Amino acid sequence: MTSVTSTTSATATAAPTTGDLVLSGVSKQFGAYHAVRDLDLTVPEGAFFALLGPSGCGKTTTLRMVAGLEEPTTGTVSLGEQDITRLRPYKRPVNTVFQNYALFPHLDIFENVAFGLRRRGVKDVKKQVGEMLDLVELGAFGKRKPNQLSGGQQQRVALARALINRPQVLLLDEPLGALDLKLRRQMQIELKRIQTEVGITFVHVTHDQEEAMTMADTIAVMNAGVIEQRGTPTELYDLPATTFVANFLGQSNLVRAAIVGKADGQLVVDVHGSKVTVPVPRCRVTEGEIWMGIRPEKVFLAPAGAEQNGGNALRGATVTDVSYVGVSTQYLARMPWGQELTVFEQNTGARDTLTVGDPVDLHWQPAHTFVLDAAQDALAGVEDIADDA
Amino acid sequence: MSALGHLSTPVTPEPVAARKGGRRRTAYLLLLPGGLWLILFFVVPLVSLVAASLYDPNGSIEAGFRMTWSFHNYVDAIADYAVPLGRSLWYSLLTTAFCLLLGFPLAYAIAFKAGRWKNLLLALVIAPFFTSFLIRTLSWKLLLGDNGFVVDALRTVHILGSDGRLLATTAAVVTGLTYNFLPFMVLPLYASLEKIDHRLIEAGSDLYASAFTTFRTVTFPLAMPGVVAGTLLTFIPAAGDYINAQLLGTPKQRMIGNDIQRLFAAGAYPTAAALSVTLMAAITVLVLFYVRRAGTEELV
Ligand SMILES: Nc1ncnc2c1ncn2[C@@H]1O[C@H](COP(=O)(O)OP(=O)(O)O)[C@@H](O)[C@H]1O
Ligand SMILES: [Mg+2]
Repeated sequence: MTSVTSTTSATATAAPTTGDLVLSGVSKQFGAYHAVRDLDLTVPEGAFFALLGPSGCGKTTTLRMVAGLEEPTTGTVSLGEQDITRLRPYKRPVNTVFQNYALFPHLDIFENVAFGLRRRGVKDVKKQVGEMLDLVELGAFGKRKPNQLSGGQQQRVALARALINRPQVLLLDEPLGALDLKLRRQMQIELKRIQTEVGITFVHVTHDQEEAMTMADTIAVMNAGVIEQRGTPTELYDLPATTFVANFLGQSNLVRAAIVGKADGQLVVDVHGSKVTVPVPRCRVTEGEIWMGIRPEKVFLAPAGAEQNGGNALRGATVTDVSYVGVSTQYLARMPWGQELTVFEQNTGARDTLTVGDPVDLHWQPAHTFVLDAAQDALAGVEDIADDA
Repeated sequence: MSALGHLSTPVTPEPVAARKGGRRRTAYLLLLPGGLWLILFFVVPLVSLVAASLYDPNGSIEAGFRMTWSFHNYVDAIADYAVPLGRSLWYSLLTTAFCLLLGFPLAYAIAFKAGRWKNLLLALVIAPFFTSFLIRTLSWKLLLGDNGFVVDALRTVHILGSDGRLLATTAAVVTGLTYNFLPFMVLPLYASLEKIDHRLIEAGSDLYASAFTTFRTVTFPLAMPGVVAGTLLTFIPAAGDYINAQLLGTPKQRMIGNDIQRLFAAGAYPTAAALSVTLMAAITVLVLFYVRRAGTEELV
């Protein structure tokens, strides 16, 4: 903590602005190709903000426009009061942790970390660099060259090199993408700790939904150059706004249905002949054809005919697949209309596991249901998860 | 039982040893052609050159040379030819500097800015090699000649006096050398610059370095292997060149190569050989010193 606060006074080039990072109406075209379309985004000061989306959706391009390495085709980028859209990158109080670190191979670790300070004419860098290297636990590595470090160590050097300048916004472009799973989990915790300590706005780009969910206060889900939804991890998971978000963050069952009425603040939905209800605030559309969505772990599987009070139910299903994964069991249930829905049951030991061929009913709370626009692709975001795995 | 064990022990390690030996033999076999080549075309001529430099200086082609270990040949040669020797090193230093000044921007432009013209530009850099070195230098003689259009034009705008010349000057010789060795500078520079990861340059500008500062602190240091290779490939052959001085200069611009060539032609083998060895030694010392200073352990 102490190590970074002391650098503020040395910020020669950083303009004296404070506040939120705001992108308004930002688009970027490469020739005829729209990499980013009409993006509106506000990142509150001090937030740990994640930009989540599949590969190629325009995340890096968005970051580069904030860093000044790419100029928006239209729209403005501002930081607090200051419009920085056309400001040269070296004049912005913004630093980047690049996707593949981009450490200077001809400089040792100490000089890599000192680079930004030296460019801003800071005289005595030794103390600050030392403290920063300690913060990322690389105090003993100052004399090494980048190619003598492991991937995780290089990643921390890249972080230290950016952080030592105490930028107003730190941009991280898939900073953990090159690390193996165990190290990645460890660095996630580490990054989160450092962000809390230094209190700088972090914009963290990732295609890993779990990473975004565990680290960020706020997530913006991006797809094909547009922001699909923005909110806290809980909001996004609990009430996805699009089929893409529903599938990209965790898993969802999406069933074709139609809204047929309204009663007591609930919409009545006809699902292949059965009636279920959904609270009005959980519906993106309020009439006509819809996708009815429900998360697999919110569904309770009961032997056919069992009574449940007050919930939604779809009856007449058959278990077609059972996979036991320790803490839970994952079922596939074939519905009377042929669709297979996924159900996760905690293995609490309170009852026997079902077996393939068992006739079952699906029960869940109306407050766990969500309703999405039927015009959207029910499989949007599904393949992306398969690709990452 | 014990007899069997006794017999079998030495048998097992043998295949391993044989395989290792085989591998080593293959390595030596692969080295053979190169090694023979070096011995035949480098070591043998070098030894015979050093030997010739120690022959009796009073010998002649007709009477033959005797080996008299005349180390004095070196003292005489250096005393008599110190000036052209120094001039050679000076001219080739100038040439190297001009090649670097001209070649760096060119290589930089080809590596970073040329886009789809990259290959064409590289081909153009190499294009002069399709004509002989001699003919190209002769063309410079015409170009810089007293009645050529360059001199005419310069006289008209009074940059040159009415009897001013370009040919037969130091400038002409160094220009010719620079022209002839420029590709040897550009190609290694290009190879070095082309390898630089563009994101490093972006990282520089992200970390408060202006375009020029990024060039000074990132691009140029990373191009150092190319700078070292290019300057060596320019300096070494330029120091031994005599065509440019002969065609574009006068005896006042004489380089050591001209003297060596003249001495060999006149049959003064020991002096010529002593001068050659001296030049080689001087270049080797300078190069070693330079490479040390440039500190490029990753020099490819
Ligand atoms: N300089 C460029 N020229 C042309 N197309 C580009 C350029 N940079 C990115 N793109 C394209 O823009 C899209 C978004 O790229 P990017 O922002 O890197 O995606 P992400 O970081 O989300 O994987 C991709 O389809 C990519 O091919
Ligand atoms: Mg990217």
